[in-house]
Amino acid sequence: MSLDMYAENIMDHFNSPRNKGEVKDPEIKHKEFNPFCGDQIEVTVKLKNKKEIVEIKFQGSGCSISQASASMLTELVKNKTTEEVKKLTKEDILDLLNIPIGPVRMKCALLALDTLQNGIKVYEKYGKHKEK
Amino acid sequence: MTIKISAEKIREDFPILKRKINGKKLVYLDNAATSQKPKQVIGAIKYFYENHNANIHRGIHQLSEEATDAFEKAREKVAKFINAKPEQIIFTKNTTESINTVAYSYGLKIKSSDEILTTVMEHHSNFLPWQMVSQRTGAKLKIADIEDDGTLKIKEVESLSSKKTKLTAVTHVSNVLGTINPVKEIGKIAKENNSLFLVDGAQAAPHIPVDMKDIGCDFYAFSSHKMLGPTGVGVLYVKDPENLDPFLVGGGTIKEVFLDKEAVWQDPPWKFEGGTPDISGVIGFGATIDYLNKIGMENIRKHEETLTKYALEQLAKVKNISIYGPRNTKVKGGVIAFNIGQIHPHDVAAILDSEGIAVRPGHACCKPLMSRLDILAMCRASFYVYNTEEDVDALVSGLEKVNKVFKK
Repeated sequence: MSLDMYAENIMDHFNSPRNKGEVKDPEIKHKEFNPFCGDQIEVTVKLKNKKEIVEIKFQGSGCSISQASASMLTELVKNKTTEEVKKLTKEDILDLLNIPIGPVRMKCALLALDTLQNGIKVYEKYGKHKEK
Repeated sequence: MTIKISAEKIREDFPILKRKINGKKLVYLDNAATSQKPKQVIGAIKYFYENHNANIHRGIHQLSEEATDAFEKAREKVAKFINAKPEQIIFTKNTTESINTVAYSYGLKIKSSDEILTTVMEHHSNFLPWQMVSQRTGAKLKIADIEDDGTLKIKEVESLSSKKTKLTAVTHVSNVLGTINPVKEIGKIAKENNSLFLVDGAQAAPHIPVDMKDIGCDFYAFSSHKMLGPTGVGVLYVKDPENLDPFLVGGGTIKEVFLDKEAVWQDPPWKFEGGTPDISGVIGFGATIDYLNKIGMENIRKHEETLTKYALEQLAKVKNISIYGPRNTKVKGGVIAFNIGQIHPHDVAAILDSEGIAVRPGHACCKPLMSRLDILAMCRASFYVYNTEEDVDALVSGLEKVNKVFKK
């Protein structure tokens, strides 16, 4: 693994994450963990017409790759539909990060996308998130 | 006899240490996960496959006899290495399987009114089996805490022990804190309460002299691969194997089999070794014991103690470092867990890797201990006989680089 991983844009998103926090009264609220390194990410999403992402925020903790990719993902998916987000792939995230990611760090890189896509699945099955 | 080890000379026996990682000299500091293998061990495995390969305890033919003989000779070497008898040495696939053998063969017989005692510093493989036994039998699982310096609260081991305690399961050396537990003392407490005593020796047998008679335990578990030997071979020492039932039954475990009643089991240790074992691995492990004996376990311990002391001094100079576990090297093995400020251990390890330095980031299979220390994860550097002060210096400058990359 080379130091390219700590490229300027990664460190920028890690040190100054975009859309960090929690959306009020979200349609989607979903949290996932990466047990391998203890990364955790929770996304909250406000939808318009049950499908358009008008607001998205994330919170969590973990390594620079997991947190930077979450920050970048929130920028990418704003104003996209849930259908479009469901179609996003591993390659889309790797393009976004634009650094070499080895097999070990892949889980960190994909945690945010997994969290968002699984959150959409939960929403489609059970409807709007309810606070317990 | 204690002599000063020449790690430089020992390194010549390890082909992998000549490798370059990311263009840099490999600095291997992940020995608590697995150790590297000397050419003597690799050679013994190759020699077996090229000259004696056959299944053991089966055939009458020459090769089978040679293979059986080599396999049982390895058992004798392991027995002598820990001051035990060959029939007390059961080969498994790793420490985890060794401990699970005790959990299934003995643990599940514990009654719901009984108790099991363990500690918060255990590796998951000496915690989950007892949690499983507790859940299945209803027996209570009691957990002794640690002091803030990372040593075990012996008083708590004492106060949590009672006549209800049927098993006391403690690690000899912590794989995170490096703490060397006073197992002899804990064994006495167990004995006073008539509890059986199991020691997880995965991080001890490779690094310090261990003597079953001196420790006085009923079970001792360890793995070949953490002590310069091949993967796939674990050891379970059982003080009284006659009275333990087999867990993995099948080929090789019986004297007689009937259609309508329980089989007559083989004598120990064979009644515990169902199925074809890792024959070449065990034979390679025999060669490993020869190699370790040649260096001398006292010498290995001395070398690591000196190196750990040096590492603790040097690491203390790194900015924002937090080190977990005892600082007194008399009660600490060659394991140093640390964090650099709030930087995630994966990032620390990735930057070190770019410098050719291998450490372990994460929870190190010790989630209860991570919670106790109030951290999610840490980085761990762990030493062995081939590590040098130069390796420690490389780690220190690698960590300075980490601080530089993450400087806001």
